[in-house]
Amino acid sequence: MSFLSLENLIEASYFLAAVLFIMGLKKMSSPVTARGGIIWAGAGMVVATVVTFLYPGMGNYMLMMIAIATGGILAWVSGKRVAMTDMPQMIALYNGMGGGAAAAIAAVELFGGEDHGMVFGTLAVLGGMIGSVSFSGSLVAFAKLQGLMKTTVRFPGQQIFNLLLLTATLLVAGYIVTQHAEFNYIVLFFGLALVLGITMTLPIGGADMPVVISLYNALTGLAVAFEGFVLQNAAMIIAGTVVGAAGTLLTQLMAKAMNRSLGNVLFSGFGDTAIAEGSEVAGSMKPIDATDVGVMMAFAEKVLIVPGYGMAVAQAQHKVWELTQLLISRGVDVKFAIHPVAGRMPGHMNVLLAEAGVPYDIIYDQDEINPEFPTADVALIIGANDVVNPVARTDPASPIYGMPILDADKARNVIVIKRGQGAGFSGIENALFFLDNTRMLYGDGQAMASELIHAVKEL
Amino acid sequence: MIDGFIALYIFMLAGFVGHEIIGKVPAILHTPLMSGSNFVHGIVLVGAMVALGRAETTLELTIGFIGVFLGAGNAVGGYVVTERMLEMFKSSKEKDS
Repeated sequence: MSFLSLENLIEASYFLAAVLFIMGLKKMSSPVTARGGIIWAGAGMVVATVVTFLYPGMGNYMLMMIAIATGGILAWVSGKRVAMTDMPQMIALYNGMGGGAAAAIAAVELFGGEDHGMVFGTLAVLGGMIGSVSFSGSLVAFAKLQGLMKTTVRFPGQQIFNLLLLTATLLVAGYIVTQHAEFNYIVLFFGLALVLGITMTLPIGGADMPVVISLYNALTGLAVAFEGFVLQNAAMIIAGTVVGAAGTLLTQLMAKAMNRSLGNVLFSGFGDTAIAEGSEVAGSMKPIDATDVGVMMAFAEKVLIVPGYGMAVAQAQHKVWELTQLLISRGVDVKFAIHPVAGRMPGHMNVLLAEAGVPYDIIYDQDEINPEFPTADVALIIGANDVVNPVARTDPASPIYGMPILDADKARNVIVIKRGQGAGFSGIENALFFLDNTRMLYGDGQAMASELIHAVKEL
Repeated sequence: MIDGFIALYIFMLAGFVGHEIIGKVPAILHTPLMSGSNFVHGIVLVGAMVALGRAETTLELTIGFIGVFLGAGNAVGGYVVTERMLEMFKSSKEKDS
């Protein structure tokens, strides 16, 4: 075999792709180089895909081209069109597709009947199972976030049901690996795994969806790595494992930011207990109008803005940035304070603010900004709720007790822009709204931001 | 042939690399990075292509086709969404110039 053989070319290309993926992800972990990172990773993907056409012993090229073209074009168009606020569910959707692809590889290998031996047979089946769960689970997550599925389905004994389902799936998997079982069992296996993904995701509330999407992202990575072992494909093994490990850590970071364990997210009904146990809050909410807030902010020294999902829903980020620029031009020190789980994903707020043009160097993490609240003249809260609820510090009976929060209540004045008087996503009353230094500015986030801009300009 | 302990070593080392990459990331980049890693596991497309390329029966062809379709969607969609997100990350210095 000469050094310049086809096999060596393919292996070298996969090696290059793996290097490009890792370098790309590394670059993506710093805001300065992040934009270059995706281009590196993209180049890796192109190299790996093109060279795969040269893979020995393959046919069906026409079908392959059609599948790539239709899948690619559909994803391209949907990805370009989706609004920034809808990004989380698109990530869920594309992730589910990856899981489905991994499951499809496993299915072809299993139906093909080729004997992979015990180790690789087990990996093929496990990858197929994880991929199927990730596929159907991600689709449910997508449907929930997209508003296609409004109800959160819970029934008594659900966890036991899921556990039984998982056990059944594993038993069938074991049977397939050891007995080289035929068609019906393989169909049953994939059916069970797909149902498991659905029943696992159905009871999880919308607030926890980011953690779940991140978990499925890690699972898809793992499934891809397992199928990579089966196909003896180094690029798949390395890329899949890197994503599996990175995704697991990211999931843990997200769960930690909400002060909950992963098991708690997956196996407890959050909203149920919240409404029952949350204690009554004394006091009243005190309204204020935009003109007064405008004056207050214009003559403040330091204003901290706390955005939440409400800002995303109202599409208020552009108006908020306009207001910020106006205040900065008057010499006010304006900073954005971002809670790790503000919005529907960690970093969701950062992406929206970045879209509006807010430079990332005036956006601060919770740990960096919390010491500054006591010296802030105004904390402006736009559509955030649970992440600024002081009950998390004070009331051990509250379901969010112990969750790290932004210390907005320590600011001299707290202004809350809110559409109505209802409770937050978790269904818990927010003690912040009843404090003496808090004023409520009722209205749509975007409309109120416009009124504030107007009020500041009038001065 | 990637076999036995070599496979295990690759798995272990790649796992540490993934852990290391995410370890020091500011929260600001969590969503783009999740999206970026979502794109990277789009490499599953390559495996799906091999599976389809070797498929013989109608059943295998159908599943293989679906696999390539889904894999291409993962890779392309993941890229577009990540690129759009990262496009927005500019510092105040870049804005001024």
